[in-house]
Amino acid sequence: MKYKLPLIFAFVCGILVVISEFIPHRPFNMMISTLQDWFMIISGFAILLGQISLFQANIKKIKEKNPDWVFYLAGLISFTVMLIFGLLWGTQEYRGILGNGENIQATVGMKPFDYLFENAFMPLSSTMFSLLAFFIASAAYRAFIIRSFESNLLMITAVIVMLGRTSFGGMLTSWLPEGLRFLHLPNLSDFIMEFPNSAAQRAILISAALGIIGSSLRIILGIERSYLGGEK
Amino acid sequence: MKRLFLILALGLLTISIFAESYFFRVEDNPWDEGKALVIKSNVTADTVYVQKALEDGTWQTIYTGNGKNLSFVDNELTPNVQYRYRLLIPRPAMGDSIFFMAVAKPKEQWFYLDKLSYLLILLAVSIAVIYYVQKARKGKDYYIRRINGLDSIEESIGRATEKGKPILFVPGIGDLDDIQTISSLTILSHLAYKAAEYDTDIIVPCRFSMVLSASREIVKEAYIKAGKPDAYNQDRIFYLTDDQFGYVAGIDGIMVREQPAANFFLGSFYAESLILAETGFSTGAIQTAGTAQASQLPFFVVSCDYTLIGEELFAASAYLSRDPQQLGSLKGHDFGKLLVIVLIIVGVITEMSGWNWFKAFFEGAQ
Repeated sequence: MKYKLPLIFAFVCGILVVISEFIPHRPFNMMISTLQDWFMIISGFAILLGQISLFQANIKKIKEKNPDWVFYLAGLISFTVMLIFGLLWGTQEYRGILGNGENIQATVGMKPFDYLFENAFMPLSSTMFSLLAFFIASAAYRAFIIRSFESNLLMITAVIVMLGRTSFGGMLTSWLPEGLRFLHLPNLSDFIMEFPNSAAQRAILISAALGIIGSSLRIILGIERSYLGGEK
Repeated sequence: MKRLFLILALGLLTISIFAESYFFRVEDNPWDEGKALVIKSNVTADTVYVQKALEDGTWQTIYTGNGKNLSFVDNELTPNVQYRYRLLIPRPAMGDSIFFMAVAKPKEQWFYLDKLSYLLILLAVSIAVIYYVQKARKGKDYYIRRINGLDSIEESIGRATEKGKPILFVPGIGDLDDIQTISSLTILSHLAYKAAEYDTDIIVPCRFSMVLSASREIVKEAYIKAGKPDAYNQDRIFYLTDDQFGYVAGIDGIMVREQPAANFFLGSFYAESLILAETGFSTGAIQTAGTAQASQLPFFVVSCDYTLIGEELFAASAYLSRDPQQLGSLKGHDFGKLLVIVLIIVGVITEMSGWNWFKAFFEGAQ
């Protein structure tokens, strides 16, 4: 029963969603949104599970005095502070237990939760995102090292595309006669992006879409059960 | 005399009905969910106003402009509710305006006709999958090409075992309603089973609580199946944060502190893919990635040792389990690919021949 019930649910819900994709009439047109609402409700309850897991994992590491236990403590303190501020004075849209904290707002310009979100969380998040620029540079450096025919091709293509997207690329080939305009770097760059690149991307997308159909069918029909813990 | 009046009245009524349908018409938008009406007018006037009656009795202008061959859709209506519209034609010289009224009710249809091509392709692929699964059930053996990324799983676990280091499994940043996450979890099931066999620690940081509970259940079952339920450590499968870059920062921290010998990034990934893969590369771990996000694949190809491209992620469970039924379903994918190739070729030929109906038929599914 532990496995049969989820399989029956998966089959019924899967079939209903597929049908509702093609039938705009009630009750089918409301099913997807209803199932999404159910998912949100279940997710809402599951959030508590996540928070418990977060506390358990961090407290254990702090208790055991792991080498980096201070970081886990910092994580827990941050979580607790945000939670308390949010509960007491609410967020931009919502009121907290103690109201809107007008006095604090007059001092810091916004609610404490929003203040920390804007001035602590957002800069940290942006810092992580900005690391991407450096990682792209290091990854590109490795990818463009000429080792084989393929990496050679990759490098040549990358150089054309990168130069073609800059004004310098256009300037380099601006002397080309009208009959050879297709060799003008911006044109060449556009050609690469529009045709070979799009073709490859679409091939991946089409095959992935077919994979999704197959995977979904396997789950709906109960052939694929690994997600239930591997019972055959 | 009375008869004459009656005939005249009937005549005028017929003319007025005809006139309304000719100058101004509102009709149900066909083959939809009953939330739209098509408004048409055909009057020779540079400026006309189309107005809709609101519940409070006032009129809201929804169109101003030329009245000749006018056709537009009024959306976001309630099905089976009657809506009143009027077409106002101002007559500045006379200081007044004439108007035509129209009433219509949006109706829910029983089929999205513009999705017919989509349905036909889905049916063809589904029938092919079911057909090949049935054949596999009857004992037909199917060949499946080698997928290096999946063959590497044993190699990765072996390396982690030799070094006495853990394995890191990242199920992507999608929730459980994402098919890529589900595919990722099916691989986790096989990976956890192997890790249990080799007595190697497995770390699974999760972004969503639903994924956390599913991952815990999957790994626990895998350990039970491997005959080592005592070795299962629930604390190694944990929730980090819902925030995208907070999650990345957490995983980067784990990679740097715990130095896993093998990293698996399988599932749905976006801007964080390269941050994860490059950090893993810097720690010297053997890395396997897989996603159906075409835009993130180049990052994984550059930074990881093995990459599962698109459909390979979805084929992983069948490949790893070697279950004949699942392998049969992969044959169905191949049929789908053949079908798409044929459709593309036919599409190119028909477009070149000037028969646009073929492309238009498939464009309707968008």
